[in-house]
Amino acid sequence: MTAKDKEQKSPLPPLGTWVPAVALGWLIPGGGHFLLKRPGRGILLFLSISGMFVCGLMMGGYMFQPQVGDLLTTLINTGGFIGNLCGGLLYLMTVAFGYSQVDTPGHVHDYGTKFLVTAGLLNLLAMVDAFEIAARRKD
Amino acid sequence: MKMNLSHFEAAFLFALFTSVVLGVVTRNNDRDRLHYGIYTFLCFAVALFGLGWLMYFGHR
Repeated sequence: MTAKDKEQKSPLPPLGTWVPAVALGWLIPGGGHFLLKRPGRGILLFLSISGMFVCGLMMGGYMFQPQVGDLLTTLINTGGFIGNLCGGLLYLMTVAFGYSQVDTPGHVHDYGTKFLVTAGLLNLLAMVDAFEIAARRKD
Repeated sequence: MKMNLSHFEAAFLFALFTSVVLGVVTRNNDRDRLHYGIYTFLCFAVALFGLGWLMYFGHR
């Protein structure tokens, strides 16, 4: 079976079945899994993603702002911003309460920046997992 | 509150958090999830020590 056939046989499920889980999963890491009655996995995701985000903040990580310039600048800053944004409520609260920090040199700050972006990207993976569970494509 | 970690500590934490999430989201039963999480963590550890030694010899 080709990927195209598979795609045709599994159309997008009704919005009501997966949007709440994915939206809650974006706001609170692991929240979608809690909503779908997978509390064990939800707790692991919450602890790992939130832990990574908080460690990133404590290491003085930088929050990206979307910037347009040459290709590399656009790619790094816009990509980083999207990664940060995927952190959901953690990102929103960090920005709202003024915890985002300026970009400073040093390996610890650099690791912190990577931790913040990776936490958002891992949350994106958790959201995709919540979607697949809600759409009954996965247990 | 600030965290001031070494390269090794930061990379170890990164590997730990990432392995847990990858283990949870990529497999279909708990046994496979646990195995995949451990496998991913070991891959990170091998890469961490391998690159560490490579840089050590590269700087001699």
